[in-house]
Amino acid sequence: MSKPGSRPYLFTRTIDSFLTGLSDAFAFTVRFFKEAFLPPFHVREIINQSFEIGLKSLSLITVTGFIIGLVFTKQSRPSLEDFGATSWLPSLIGIAIIRALGPLVTALICAGKVGSSIGAEIGSMKVTEQIEAMEVSAINPFKYLVTTRVLATTLTIPILSLYCVCVGLYGSYINVHFEEATGIISFYQNAFSSVSFLDIYTSVIKSVVFGFTIGVVGCYKGYNATQGTRGVGMAANKAVIVSMFLIFLEEMVIVQVMNWFRHF
Amino acid sequence: MIKEGSHQINREESVISITGLEKSFDELEVLKGVDFTLYRGENVAVLGKSGTGKSVLIKIIVGLLKPDAGEVLVLGRQVDKLKGRELDALRLRVGFSFQSSALYDSMDVYQNLAFPLTMNKKNLTKAEVDHEVKEALDAVGLASKINEMPSDLSGGQRKRIGIARTLILKPEIILYDEPTSGLDPVTSGEINDLIREVQERYNTSSVVITHDLTCAKHTGDRVAMLLEGRFSKVGSFESVFASEDEQIKSFYNYNFTT
Repeated sequence: MSKPGSRPYLFTRTIDSFLTGLSDAFAFTVRFFKEAFLPPFHVREIINQSFEIGLKSLSLITVTGFIIGLVFTKQSRPSLEDFGATSWLPSLIGIAIIRALGPLVTALICAGKVGSSIGAEIGSMKVTEQIEAMEVSAINPFKYLVTTRVLATTLTIPILSLYCVCVGLYGSYINVHFEEATGIISFYQNAFSSVSFLDIYTSVIKSVVFGFTIGVVGCYKGYNATQGTRGVGMAANKAVIVSMFLIFLEEMVIVQVMNWFRHF
Repeated sequence: MIKEGSHQINREESVISITGLEKSFDELEVLKGVDFTLYRGENVAVLGKSGTGKSVLIKIIVGLLKPDAGEVLVLGRQVDKLKGRELDALRLRVGFSFQSSALYDSMDVYQNLAFPLTMNKKNLTKAEVDHEVKEALDAVGLASKINEMPSDLSGGQRKRIGIARTLILKPEIILYDEPTSGLDPVTSGEINDLIREVQERYNTSSVVITHDLTCAKHTGDRVAMLLEGRFSKVGSFESVFASEDEQIKSFYNYNFTT
């Protein structure tokens, strides 16, 4: 119940503001779909942004993917040795990296690196009136800034995720090779022997959803930045936190849905 | 047609006509019934203290904000009724020079000027774009800065590039938001001269939002004093400041005696 004389709230101030934010974010996402299918398409800007996103994250994904593959193999080996099943190591790693680790690690890295950068860049343009400058020059800023970036993250993150899977498997191969002198072809054959088409399909779907989420959240937070430079920092920060939270939520839902398909 | 200096004002043709304009933000009433007319070829300086709604007024004129009540006609079109392509078409005829210059900081000076041009006139060749950019930069006397980044420019240079970016679309009306704020007196004087040169060279009509009386005196054919959400006095600089109104007198005294 609101105090007499104060602004009336439907529930409480916090709940009302959460619901308003949710409805704004929904409207923002709906607007993206409306704008994405109408010309002009700004293809060059989408390519530029994709290149930028790929370049920004490539080194970090290479190092992280390689280390995850290597360390995960090292950690899994003792448990499998106890059951005399070390020959299953490539299959285990293949399933783990393709199904879960590759897309998830890539998405988390990109949420930190790309999501924050999109939030800060658009936020800074918002508070310095650059977005209004586009509007008064008869340029649609939503289409030029938001649509291009969301499409770029949606298209690029699955590619980065695929790259992360390759690097992760290579890291795992290095460990297996030095421990068991296994050849690379034999390793990859084993690694993919237990991976189904549905696993790869799920992995790609997840990456597309994660990429879309990172783009939309980063752009939404930046586009709605207020309070000057402080607002820019907050937009970048919130872009990372909200993206990461949604990525874990989506991972859970997609895995559950795909498991239903697996049982059919 | 009245000839003032080397520019002509057509007092029979209004390019902006505002009647009964009201605008509030939550409980804060900013504009409380503004009536205003800008004639073709004329510069009007809008004066007022900070927070009186001067910038809100020009943001409504260009369709960045919607009025709560009243009618805003720009080049014969009711701005708040326009959407999409119709609004864009009008915006191409109305330039807006921002207080902060609002240059795109990821683009150099050339790209800042070429961007609105290439986005709106798709059939231009590279040579034509280069020519237009050079012409706009020559008009503001900064052709040598074509490859600089906005962060490498001084405040005055940024304002000039902002004006050049406005000019590149050849607007009929230019709205200047605090063109001299944050600048030293010499640079402010140069910007004032530039606003007059633009009016004479391109035959534009302008609204100059300012709280700088020197700027208003130099750039305005008329001066409009915005007090408490309404224009309390409109006319020549001398007639407005001959007023006995205490608020106008204190505004004048603060600017010229401190």
